[in-house]
Amino acid sequence: MTATAQAAPAVPETPDDVLIARSITKQFGGLVALRNIEFVIPRRAIVSLIGPNGAGKTTFFNVIAGLIPPTSGSIELSGMRLIAPARRAWLEPLLWFAPPLLVLLIGILVSGGNIQLVALWGLLALLLATLILPTAMARPAWYESFIRRLGIFRSARPNDIVRSGVGRTFQNIRLFHNMTALENVLVGMHLKLRSTPVDAVLSTPRHRAEEEEARVRAARYLELAGLRGRDDELARNLPYGDQRRLEIARALACEPVLLLLDEPTAGMNPRETGEITALIGRLRTELGLTVLLIEHDMRVVMGISDRITVLDQGERIAEGTPEEIRRNPRVIEAYLGKPPS
Amino acid sequence: MTRQRGTVEDSETGATALGSTDRLFDFFGRHRSVAIMAAMLLVAIALPLIVLAPPFSGFNTQGVWIDNFNGAGIYVLLALGLNVVVGLAGLLDLGYAAFFAIGAYTYGLLASSFYGIHVPFWPMLIVGALVAALFGIALGAPTLRLRGDYLAIVTLGFGEIVPVVFTNSDALTNGTNGISGVDRPSLPGIIFGASNPVPFYVTMVVMLTIVLILLYRLQDSRLGRAWMAIREDELAAASSGVNTITTKLLAFALGATTSGLAGVFAASRLVFVSPDQFGFTVSFTILAMVVLGGMGNIWGVAIGAFVVFIVQSVVLKQLTNFLQPLNIPFLSSIDFLQYQFLLFGIALVAMMLLRPEGLFPSSRRRRELHTAQGDDLSSPQESAEPLT
Repeated sequence: MTATAQAAPAVPETPDDVLIARSITKQFGGLVALRNIEFVIPRRAIVSLIGPNGAGKTTFFNVIAGLIPPTSGSIELSGMRLIAPARRAWLEPLLWFAPPLLVLLIGILVSGGNIQLVALWGLLALLLATLILPTAMARPAWYESFIRRLGIFRSARPNDIVRSGVGRTFQNIRLFHNMTALENVLVGMHLKLRSTPVDAVLSTPRHRAEEEEARVRAARYLELAGLRGRDDELARNLPYGDQRRLEIARALACEPVLLLLDEPTAGMNPRETGEITALIGRLRTELGLTVLLIEHDMRVVMGISDRITVLDQGERIAEGTPEEIRRNPRVIEAYLGKPPS
Repeated sequence: MTRQRGTVEDSETGATALGSTDRLFDFFGRHRSVAIMAAMLLVAIALPLIVLAPPFSGFNTQGVWIDNFNGAGIYVLLALGLNVVVGLAGLLDLGYAAFFAIGAYTYGLLASSFYGIHVPFWPMLIVGALVAALFGIALGAPTLRLRGDYLAIVTLGFGEIVPVVFTNSDALTNGTNGISGVDRPSLPGIIFGASNPVPFYVTMVVMLTIVLILLYRLQDSRLGRAWMAIREDELAAASSGVNTITTKLLAFALGATTSGLAGVFAASRLVFVSPDQFGFTVSFTILAMVVLGGMGNIWGVAIGAFVVFIVQSVVLKQLTNFLQPLNIPFLSSIDFLQYQFLLFGIALVAMMLLRPEGLFPSSRRRRELHTAQGDDLSSPQESAEPLT
């Protein structure tokens, strides 16, 4: 595998691929953070992304997670094209503002100088705007499909990406610090819970049953991540290693197909690193998850990865099995360094 | 869990007397709405009785006290609503009085002889709340991408715009003069009036009870957790699947709803609405109440608002009256009422330095026995025992 393979994905695409990234480029002003990245993650694989600092690994993660839109290129998740640069975006604000402005105009024409009538029509226009704008911003499914029928495309937002089955952790831990471990996981289950605010206010049996069941399930995720008995502990009071585990538990709670782990063993001692590595292995065997991993610890990467992709200065310089990567001269030069033997 | 452990120890040492109070606590823990109703009933009966005893009886008559309590109730409602926006969702709103104004004007315009429309008070409570909620969303929508300072500035602007609009649109709202002769609530056989504040008092207690139950239920639901998640880390919340836009808009809407209720009530109590009732000092006072009470803690905020209002409207005045005849140089000549915002400011600064979490910080809720099944896994014997 050499750098010339950039144009075509190294692993052939199959319909069962969880993620297909097509020539993703991301520019921050003059800086090219990612250049024409081709990337495929087969189902139930553990794929690692390695490279020196500033290679663009986390940027790539953020693009997949819907946090930053790519400059060009697109990403398909489970066969759905969710991430790509916006198309005909200028059309959308017209849709929002045309109806209220029309109402206002009609009002002014109809009321013939009667200020109180104009005010009434103005209020009506305002009401219309109040209904349209928040709906458009909240982007419910029917609105999305309506927009797409008009040929408008907008990249999915983080919460849409979660809905389509991607969970993630962060390089620098981002927990809800003043909430308990259990509540952190419950927030992760947000999209899996169905009860509405009205259910909650009326405290319907459905709501109570769901809440109770959610707590049991959340406790199970905590246990899976090795945080048994830590339910009521505030996230901020957990030791560092447990905070990393809690982030994984929270990401698991959205029942992802693809789990993005950004340096899950950073700052951990060898024993903890071993435990996390074992956990990641179990996630695949027990939950059938696909994992994309950013990691600097080569023992972890070489130990559990099916395939490894190496980034350097925003470009993919190598792709292959751990054995191939270990022997790749470009990777050795850019990142691994000469083996100690 | 803490209490559970306590129970186990108690039963081991044979302290059976504690069992009944513990069972009471357990009952109220499980039926929180009943607990809120009981507490509100208790407070509602106790307050008018306490003021009959000295020294309170020396300050005001019982009727005036109850009228003051009604005023305090309005601010408690406002503070509870702002607590959702600031305390739970972490969105700093400096123009909250705008929704209070919108609620009050909605009632003032639709239930007075100004337009000759007289919609009864009871449905107007809901209409006023809904109109305020709509404006809450209208303000929320353009500010969704803003955070912290920037959000505060925009809301500050909104808070200034609303009274100015009411002042300047003479033809629609009677400008600076405001609307007088607003209808009082009516119920067959009961007279709501300035001389008879008890019906207002009962109405306020019922409203507060409902709002408290509603807020507690929401706080412990999926939506409440989403609010807190946004307050803690918006990006992580979005990456956990929370639709931050809908969630923030709901916080604005709900905060405004409570404020609208308070507005309708205030308009009918004073029989008068004018723009100068809703200036920045009102927004600031409510925010100070929330901060002093302990952001994010519903009871704390309610108590904070009540105490601040009573200090503001009763204690400072009494202090002035008390000190004047004593002829202490300097102190006797101070009109404390005029310095209320200075005192407020000092209290806030002291608070931030000494106890930044507020008087009643939100203690993390301990899960009750029946919901903590995750705990059961870790300690089956321990949690099984106290139930029997």
